[in-house]
Amino acid sequence: MYKNRAVSVPYLLWAVLFIVVPLGLVLYFALTTRQGAFTLDNLSRVGEYSSVIMSSIWLSVIATAICLLISYPLAFIMSRSTGNTQRTFMMLIMLPMWMNFLLRTYAWMTILEKNGLINQLLGKFGLGPLQMINTPGAVVLGMIYNYLPYMILPLYSTMIKIEKHLIEAAQDLGANTWVVLWRVVVPLSMPGITTGITMVFVPCISTFAISRMLGGGSSMLIGDLIELQFLGNTYNPNLGAAISLVLMVIILICMALMNMFDESEDKEAMLL
Amino acid sequence: MKQRNWLSRFYVGLVMFFLYAPIAVLIVYSFNANKSRGVWTGFTLKWYRQLFHNDIILQSLSNTLLIAVVSSILATILGTAAAIGIYSMRRRARAVVMNVTYLPIINPEIVTGVSLMLLFVMAGIDLGYLTLILAHITFNTPYVILNVMPKLRQMDKHIYEAALDLGCSPMQAFSKVIVPEIAPGVVSGLLMSFTFSLDDFIISYFVSSSTSQTLPITIYAMTRKKVSPEINALSTIIFVLVLTALIIVNIHGARQEKLEQKRYASFM
Repeated sequence: MYKNRAVSVPYLLWAVLFIVVPLGLVLYFALTTRQGAFTLDNLSRVGEYSSVIMSSIWLSVIATAICLLISYPLAFIMSRSTGNTQRTFMMLIMLPMWMNFLLRTYAWMTILEKNGLINQLLGKFGLGPLQMINTPGAVVLGMIYNYLPYMILPLYSTMIKIEKHLIEAAQDLGANTWVVLWRVVVPLSMPGITTGITMVFVPCISTFAISRMLGGGSSMLIGDLIELQFLGNTYNPNLGAAISLVLMVIILICMALMNMFDESEDKEAMLL
Repeated sequence: MKQRNWLSRFYVGLVMFFLYAPIAVLIVYSFNANKSRGVWTGFTLKWYRQLFHNDIILQSLSNTLLIAVVSSILATILGTAAAIGIYSMRRRARAVVMNVTYLPIINPEIVTGVSLMLLFVMAGIDLGYLTLILAHITFNTPYVILNVMPKLRQMDKHIYEAALDLGCSPMQAFSKVIVPEIAPGVVSGLLMSFTFSLDDFIISYFVSSSTSQTLPITIYAMTRKKVSPEINALSTIIFVLVLTALIIVNIHGARQEKLEQKRYASFM
């Protein structure tokens, strides 16, 4: 077995300086006043924004669930196709990721607007106009549209490892489609499911641009709150750091839940 | 079985429509003579002409490309070396390092952005190109590690030893056995880094200054105020460029695979 531990030293130094130390600073700012004295005021002030936090969690959970529902069959179909088709699918999924998500969100603004594409079409049939932009639904749609590839790709990459013969063996032994799905495909693709959920849920719950572009003033999310403390008019990095800590705790809880689901499986699969 | 094929084709088509319809709308409106979105009044190319005279967009575009190229290459080198090193570690050390590596991925981007902003401000480094590149390397490297690591794990542990037994020097064995095994992971890590770097708005937003704006930050500023249709023209150009690049890469990949299959067949 090939071994060379020394080559990781530059990265280890990098990780300490740019990952560990900055997070330590967030903790420090959250627990101090502007003058640098210890306080718990910042954390207790986060409670004032509990409705924002709850609605952020709710919208992100919905978006993540819909992403999983859309992606799972798609990733399975992709993984069972021939080499060339797989390549084309991969390309088609990756392609929108290369467009900036602000452009993609902006496209939805054009579509959902009061005199946007959908309302114009509805108008041709004498319907509408519907209020679509500046609603929580528009924010969820924006989340799904932007982060769908992040669900498809990890699912696909675990599913191509599921051997065709395994599914055939299950079928030969009398399993119907649902049994094959639940007893063979889902357990084997569990690492992809948990990775996909994390990769979609995290950017959803921390977004601030999507909510501002598609939600208008209607739905303020945790991300908007943090951004306001650091770059907005209400400059208060200490409160912003405290809200960031809360956001991290929410993510950690999500991760712990994912770990529980994955427990029956190879534990290392989650780590790597 | 045929019916199922038809169904899955329909489903794939539906998802593709969902993914591409908004992009198609952007492209169509980039040729729209009317400035307001939603109303079509005729074909024009004036937004493309204006785009090439808009200094803010052009400057931020070159900033974005510079930062993406530099940071993805550096992250790939740093991350590939890290993956090999971490793979060689003992179980407990590996778990600790991997948990730290996971932090920028698990952490919401906004927290990473805010924490780096605090670091740079506390260290007295002016926000600008340097902080952008440092930040981009930081969030890209974990993705490189995660792409290379599975390749190392999937590799047969004994082929390196077999290469040594058959008379390779350690350097030869590394380049002839390990490198081909991990190469697909390194390449996908590089591509992923480059994509994320181009695409990144949230972290860049917190660690850039008004003189070092990347394209996404410029776009965000434009969508906040009065929207300029030049953005539509720009996305059309980006889309066409990326499409061309991906098609070339794919055709190349398909050819390569065929060649390998032929070689394998003749070897058998």
